[in-house]
Amino acid sequence: MAKYKMHLLVCGGTGCRASASDSIVENLKQELETKGLLDEVQVVMTGCFGFCEKGPIVKVQPDNTFYTQVKPEDCAEIIEEHIVKGRKVERLLYEDPEKKEHISDSKHMDFYKKQIRIALRNCGMIDPENLDEYIARDGYEALGKCLTEKTPAEVIDEVKLSGLRGRGGGGFPTGLKWEIDSKYDADQKYVVCNADEGDPGAFMDRSILEGDPHAVLEAMAICGYATAATKGLIYIRAEYPLAIKRLKIAIKQAREYGLLGTDILGTGFEFDIEIRYGAGAFVCGEETSLIHSMEGLRGEPTIKPPYPAESGYLGKPTNVNNVETYANIPIIINKGANWFNKIGTEKSKGTKVFALAGKINNVGLIEVPMGTTLREVIFEIGGGIKDGKKFKAVQTGGPSGGCLTEKHLDTPIDFDNLLAAGSMMGSGGMIVMDEDNCMVATAKFYLDFTVEESCGKCSPCRIGNKRLYELLERITQGKAEMEDLQRLRNMSQVIKDTSLCGLGQTSPNPILSTLDNFYDEYVAHIKDKKCPAGECKDLMTYTVIEDNCVGCTACARVCPVGAISGDKKQIHYIDPTICIKCGACEERCKFDAIIVK
Amino acid sequence: MAKIKTLADLKKMKEDMQSKVDLREKADSPDSYVQIKVGMATSGIASGAKEVMDFLIEALEKRNIEAVVTQTGDMGYCFAEPTIEVKKPGEEPIVFGYVDTKKADEIIEKYIKLGELVEGIIPVNYQVIDEDK
Repeated sequence: MAKYKMHLLVCGGTGCRASASDSIVENLKQELETKGLLDEVQVVMTGCFGFCEKGPIVKVQPDNTFYTQVKPEDCAEIIEEHIVKGRKVERLLYEDPEKKEHISDSKHMDFYKKQIRIALRNCGMIDPENLDEYIARDGYEALGKCLTEKTPAEVIDEVKLSGLRGRGGGGFPTGLKWEIDSKYDADQKYVVCNADEGDPGAFMDRSILEGDPHAVLEAMAICGYATAATKGLIYIRAEYPLAIKRLKIAIKQAREYGLLGTDILGTGFEFDIEIRYGAGAFVCGEETSLIHSMEGLRGEPTIKPPYPAESGYLGKPTNVNNVETYANIPIIINKGANWFNKIGTEKSKGTKVFALAGKINNVGLIEVPMGTTLREVIFEIGGGIKDGKKFKAVQTGGPSGGCLTEKHLDTPIDFDNLLAAGSMMGSGGMIVMDEDNCMVATAKFYLDFTVEESCGKCSPCRIGNKRLYELLERITQGKAEMEDLQRLRNMSQVIKDTSLCGLGQTSPNPILSTLDNFYDEYVAHIKDKKCPAGECKDLMTYTVIEDNCVGCTACARVCPVGAISGDKKQIHYIDPTICIKCGACEERCKFDAIIVK
Repeated sequence: MAKIKTLADLKKMKEDMQSKVDLREKADSPDSYVQIKVGMATSGIASGAKEVMDFLIEALEKRNIEAVVTQTGDMGYCFAEPTIEVKKPGEEPIVFGYVDTKKADEIIEKYIKLGELVEGIIPVNYQVIDEDK
């Protein structure tokens, strides 16, 4: 029986496979066989290392040697030198780009510092339904520290000094928000956690609540202490049943341990948390709408001021922060503001969690320091674009954000840079698009979402967004004229300027940013009646290539609307007036006789 | 359950918990615990993590392997759910992706029993901020 002493891990990510990692595996195995080492050394192909730029990667365990840009012909040397003689192959080691030194132990590579998990520190580490495990990882120590060693004002100063900004989208300084709230006196004050995550493609708040619910509870209690509030409320959408279940368990356990309730840790501090359910309306992520929804009223925004800090839930001073914002608090208290504010950029401190989605290889949750570039996120951590296609754009900030392009790839991500580039941080959804995505259709998708989610209270948002959507629809159908582009711009500006809340004030952003970055695509739809990416069905025509058609009738049989005519062994014909462009015929045809233009 | 009355109590409890985990990790006798964490966030469960977890608990017991199987949150590799992390005593934890019951069986038989790696490894590419480091 084989008893392996060493393992050779070969990256099987898309990028590395494209550079022959398959034959590297083959060659390594062959070399081992000739040396009679197959029973001692195992070769395994793994998932993407995320270091595609320097691929293919071969990692040797247990000594953590990291070889980069390995070619199939290097395998003999690796086996002969490293495995047999125990000498690392210097020239294949990763070279530190700054120090120009070879790094043999992958743990010292800068690459592994690209992702730092602060908000996600316990996600995937602890059992979220077991408070003991949270305590083993310093859980509730930050709360204890605040209650016994710090005054409320000192807690606020610490959060202010950390430079933490709201992770829900706006980026308002958290410490300042707490300070404003702490200035208002009332018989009852509230701390609210906004868990109404609504951006399409964003799921970091859900993941934090599912993976580390106590971090949020602890942070809310700290906020309660800092702002003299004794009641906490978590507003969460009912569509997150698992997060709700885990929160309920967490609250129950914290109460049993006396970490919520009266006289917490013998300090006389009182704080308890309840859950409020939302029905999943996007507008309820806006804090005034959220508060109205919690009060049992319609989820509609009201004009600020008064801000919730002055008059929030039931007219009482209320501090509202987002889940990810809270998740940063315990660690800021434990490690100190001066530790936290060393991470990130000048005006955006700490890390940000992003949900990578769309045409990207490693769909998932990542957490990077502020100031990381889009290129690093998409091409290194995200493993690049699916199926080797070309990167076209990345949408950040959800329906309030915009599309960034190739020219923005090297922009360091932070609140201000994204705004300057015509998008925004938002809650951290990142939808990656490739050459097959039509930008007009993308803008239309987001407008469809905002039209659906507009609460209808103010007319610019209710009527204006609908009109914007109709204009976009005309463009994608090839019925628009060039003047419509100016109309889009004008109306967008009016909606931004006159809407009541953040939803309407930002909803035209997807249009404006695609107009700025992909103007030619709009023009192609209008003037040439063509969709360059081939996504807008109305602008496509399916035709039969007569030379290739053998008259097998397969297409005619699969056509759901009977648009294809032609007898057996005769050339077929697609009637464009009946065709609904479903693509079924093209898929069925075995002779490549149907083309889409 | 006893209430935690002071910060000192809390710290003591933390130490107790940590030494318990430590004991598990430092032991290197072959019959000491294998620790398995199953990623049980919505994305994991939707891809079948529950069945995998049930299978692991049952199979490990039947095959007399002392192991602790716990659930945990989202490890971030949503493209490869269900994901599990296997930590053998004295070794670095390894994350496996796309784990169905068949794969779980293979992991027990090959990796846990024989130390042989199986396909589906996901290289960890992030750092976690730890208080004590």
